[in-house]
Amino acid sequence: MIAKAKTANDVAPLGGGTNLVVEMRASGVGPATLVSVGQLAGLRGITIADGTVTIGAATTVSDILRDPRMKQVAAVLVESADVFAGQMIRNTATVAGNICCGSPAADLVPPLLALGASVTLRSGSGERTVPLDGYFTGYKTSVRKPDELLTAISWPVPTAKSASRFYKLGRRRGDAITMVGVSVFVSLKDGVCDTVRIALGAVGPCVMRSKKAEAVMQGKAPSADLIAKAAQAATAESTPIDDIRASGEYRKEQVQVLVQRLLTQSLESLS
Amino acid sequence: MTNRKTLKMTVNDTVRNVEVATNETLLETLRRVGAVEVKCGCEKGDCGACAVLLDGMAVDSCLTLTHTVGTRAITTIKGLGTAEAPHPLQTAFAELGAAQCGYCTPGMIIATQSMLTHDTATPDENDIRHGLSGNLCRCTGYTKIYDAVLEGAKAMRETEAAK
Ligand SMILES: Cc1cc2nc3c(=O)[nH]c(=O)nc-3n(C[C@H](O)[C@H](O)[C@H](O)COP(=O)(O)OP(=O)(O)OC[C@H]3O[C@@H](n4cnc5c(N)ncnc54)[C@H](O)[C@@H]3O)c2cc1C
Ligand code: FES
Ligand code: FES
Repeated sequence: MIAKAKTANDVAPLGGGTNLVVEMRASGVGPATLVSVGQLAGLRGITIADGTVTIGAATTVSDILRDPRMKQVAAVLVESADVFAGQMIRNTATVAGNICCGSPAADLVPPLLALGASVTLRSGSGERTVPLDGYFTGYKTSVRKPDELLTAISWPVPTAKSASRFYKLGRRRGDAITMVGVSVFVSLKDGVCDTVRIALGAVGPCVMRSKKAEAVMQGKAPSADLIAKAAQAATAESTPIDDIRASGEYRKEQVQVLVQRLLTQSLESLS
Repeated sequence: MTNRKTLKMTVNDTVRNVEVATNETLLETLRRVGAVEVKCGCEKGDCGACAVLLDGMAVDSCLTLTHTVGTRAITTIKGLGTAEAPHPLQTAFAELGAAQCGYCTPGMIIATQSMLTHDTATPDENDIRHGLSGNLCRCTGYTKIYDAVLEGAKAMRETEAAK
């Protein structure tokens, strides 16, 4: 059915429906046909093999929290899943749906970008795997074609010499939409920063990596001064808007604060 | 998109055949067939008043399309316990003043039951905040609800240990 879809108005995959059902009911219109991916048992589950973690498209946010292995292989994703919505939404919402809704405030996307995740897209004509970095092309747009289903998300098991953090700045602790979401990943090699990924949520048309901030750190020995410079670069690269949750100016300030804090915490945990 | 189809649904251990439109939510279906103990608050996943268990897992029925339920058993608050034979959580909520107007109570208890089954049978205050963060109450200020959850969970453990 999805294989025949030319536009998202013909056929849409339904994950948990926590976005789609709300949208359909608010607008009174929806795709002509829905295909329930959320209930495909074969697409639900987490496997860890050959140094790669793979989660199926029907895997829910609660599945992430309730799998004790995830603390080892994706602690940063667990941090995010932990502050995601309320229990009933977590029990229903899929990780794939969080990516596919394309919201700049989607909470699982910054940690997945920090982990260096890729997504597998499948259509009638075959399958391709693309990095999540570059998957989004703008506000709620992506490289996924209407006839493609996101079937899996995968990332390399982080090495021992790496650390990662996520922080969601919301108006309250429980069940709030993110004003700024930041996730960082750092690995060290011979005393210098090896891999650095800094992902920013809700401060641009889509969740994005701050490549300029990453470049500041890469290959250098970590120091407070270097971290401050990286945080400045991330702030300069973010393009937040004003909305009912926060002003753009406030968001920019928070990018500086959070990138600095999370990089410091990550590097401290490695020393 | 609004085709109708007859579905076989299991609500509180009773199997029934119900004609359901493809765009109907489980909340609408349940209330239509008389399960009005499932409350309708916001219809957008914010309040948790409509929570039911699907195979023991709490979901917001207002965000669940009935056609996606499949063979999963549906449990509403009435399926957990009744006035004559209350569930330990219902007793604790009643005795500790955790229900004022009572509108949020079915959802609160359903979410609690799901948390106790899937997350922890021995919740502390943080676990309770986490498990009930999708349930809003405009009356109690939540502290009595936390007390009732602690008390109810304890009663459930004692019942379990006595078996
Ligand atoms: C009360 C409430 C609180 C929320 N809180 C949060 C929060 O704290 N953080 C947060 O990030 N989000 C939050 N959300 C938003 C939402 O729950 C998440 O984005 C969720 O992850 C969406 O997943 P889903 O499975 O429900 O997606 P659905 O609603 O089923 O689908 C979303 C979109 O993705 C498409 N899609 C789904 N699966 C696939 C697939 N496998 N392949 C291709 N396309 C697909 C659908 O067609 C649709 O366009 C909240 C929503 C509500 C109602
Ligand atoms: S009515 Fe379903 S969450 Fe409010
Ligand atoms: S008791 Fe009235 S809403 Fe909770």
